[in-house]
Amino acid sequence: MKIRTFKRHFVEAFKSMGRNGWMSFASISAVTVTLLLVSVFLAILLNINFIASQIEDDVQIRAYIERTEKPESYDVYQKDLEKLDKVKSVKYQSKEEGLDELIESLGDEGEVFSSLKEENPLRDAFIIYTDKPQDTAVVAKEVEKFKFVNKVEYGKGTVEKLFKVTDAARNVGIFLVLGLVFTAMFLISNTIKLTIVTRRREIEIMKLVGATNGFIRWPFFIEGFALGVFGAFLPIIVIAVGYQAVFDIVNQKLGTVFIELLPVTPLIPQLALLMLLIGGVIGVWGSLTSVRKFLKI
Amino acid sequence: MIEMIDVWKTYPNGVMALNGIDVYIEKGEFVYVVGPSGAGKSTFIKCMYREEKPTKGSIIINGTNLAKVKERQIPKVRRKMGVIFQDFKLLPRLTVYENVAFALEVIEESPKVIRERVMEVLDLVKLKNKARMFPDELSGGEQQRVSIARSIVNRPPVVIADEPTGNLDPETAWEIMDIFKEINARGTTVVMATHNKEIVNTITKRVIAIEGGRIVRDEAKGDYGYED
Ligand SMILES: Nc1ncnc2c1ncn2[C@@H]1O[C@H](COP(=O)(O)OP(=O)(O)O)[C@@H](O)[C@H]1O
Ligand SMILES: [Mg+2]
Repeated sequence: MKIRTFKRHFVEAFKSMGRNGWMSFASISAVTVTLLLVSVFLAILLNINFIASQIEDDVQIRAYIERTEKPESYDVYQKDLEKLDKVKSVKYQSKEEGLDELIESLGDEGEVFSSLKEENPLRDAFIIYTDKPQDTAVVAKEVEKFKFVNKVEYGKGTVEKLFKVTDAARNVGIFLVLGLVFTAMFLISNTIKLTIVTRRREIEIMKLVGATNGFIRWPFFIEGFALGVFGAFLPIIVIAVGYQAVFDIVNQKLGTVFIELLPVTPLIPQLALLMLLIGGVIGVWGSLTSVRKFLKI
Repeated sequence: MIEMIDVWKTYPNGVMALNGIDVYIEKGEFVYVVGPSGAGKSTFIKCMYREEKPTKGSIIINGTNLAKVKERQIPKVRRKMGVIFQDFKLLPRLTVYENVAFALEVIEESPKVIRERVMEVLDLVKLKNKARMFPDELSGGEQQRVSIARSIVNRPPVVIADEPTGNLDPETAWEIMDIFKEINARGTTVVMATHNKEIVNTITKRVIAIEGGRIVRDEAKGDYGYED
């Protein structure tokens, strides 16, 4: 396409947006609301996943071995565990190592336990890592079935709750967002339809003098795209400012011990790009669906 | 140049508007299409510029068989003909100049060619001095002259008009006919559906009379032949 032709399409698109100001405004608002929710949901989901991956180290299964078992068979047992579905790796930890680790993790208070070294109350154990943190519960059940296993421990409460929350949030989010995306698309498609109706005469004449359908379609295509992209501006600003604020609060007030959020710089530009993309796609889709019907003459 | 072979057109509602039209129009001819209202004149015209697709039969224009032309190629075919209507079909927001230039812009002519050609045709229809005016500042006759200018600015070999003088008073109609005569004199084929008895009987040309979707008369130097 020639540059002056593109310029013409561009001017036409913006003229038409101005002419149908209210509908354009409604479409942009619909996209804005949609993307606002999408971006907030995404920011939360990504952070939950990030936090989950931080505590993933705690997401290990500890299988204590019966005291009656002989250390000679441990190798075979370890192989058995490794063969289980969804198991990534299995590490052996003797009761002595276990105690050392415990003492170290307790710091000063741990000194008390040093006296226990003679009569170690712990058992030898296998530490099992799963492929995905979500698998821990299932794998733990399997491990429990082995005869040589005395007891299985894993970060039951926290981990399971965390994943329940993420899953629920994800499902609700997807549902809501899909609904909103369709609403936005519908509104844009209606706006474009309106602009087509007001430009009906123009299109008729364009066809008479031999304009191609592609040529006629371009301004509507640009208009839809612009409506979608404009709709992304506000959500990007809100998420950028809001996330920075939340990030600062979490970092200062809650300290660095408990949780750490995803850093602002890669996350926000990526989200911004995604919002622009989604906005553009919604807009183009909305405009193309209404133009297609109209050009079939 | 224009050839119709056994052309039938039945509208989706069942109305049989054309019932076996056979016609051959030579390059450079001037043809009136006459007949009572509802006879099928407009349908005949519409099939020529492919606004309507015949149910059956072939139409060959400038060597192209419209029945075999793919949808995508229709714009190319339309660029080789100018179309003029009773209601002018001008864009109210554009000036006279812009309305005419529009026809060249949408086929992506260069600005230089556009400027030259637009001034040339505005000169031909004697509207050079009103180039900056808007359609609602013009009389009906002037508006129709703009629409004629637009139809020929692309230098098509064929100009098709559906009752171009239907909305104009008799005097203005004569002025419009002068322009059509001029266009025809320059070698362009003109096909014109009309109700104007005076004009057909005075500027005598070939007359094709359609009734009930059939050609009932085709005379080289014909007259109008109806009493309205
Ligand atoms: N788009 C259409 N759909 C259905 N019937 C039509 C349509 N256009 C024209 N007709 C019918 O076809 C017949 C011929 O119409 P038309 O070609 O407009 O005649 P004319 O121009 O000679 O008055 C008429 O009976 C008219 O009602
Ligand atoms: Mg008619």
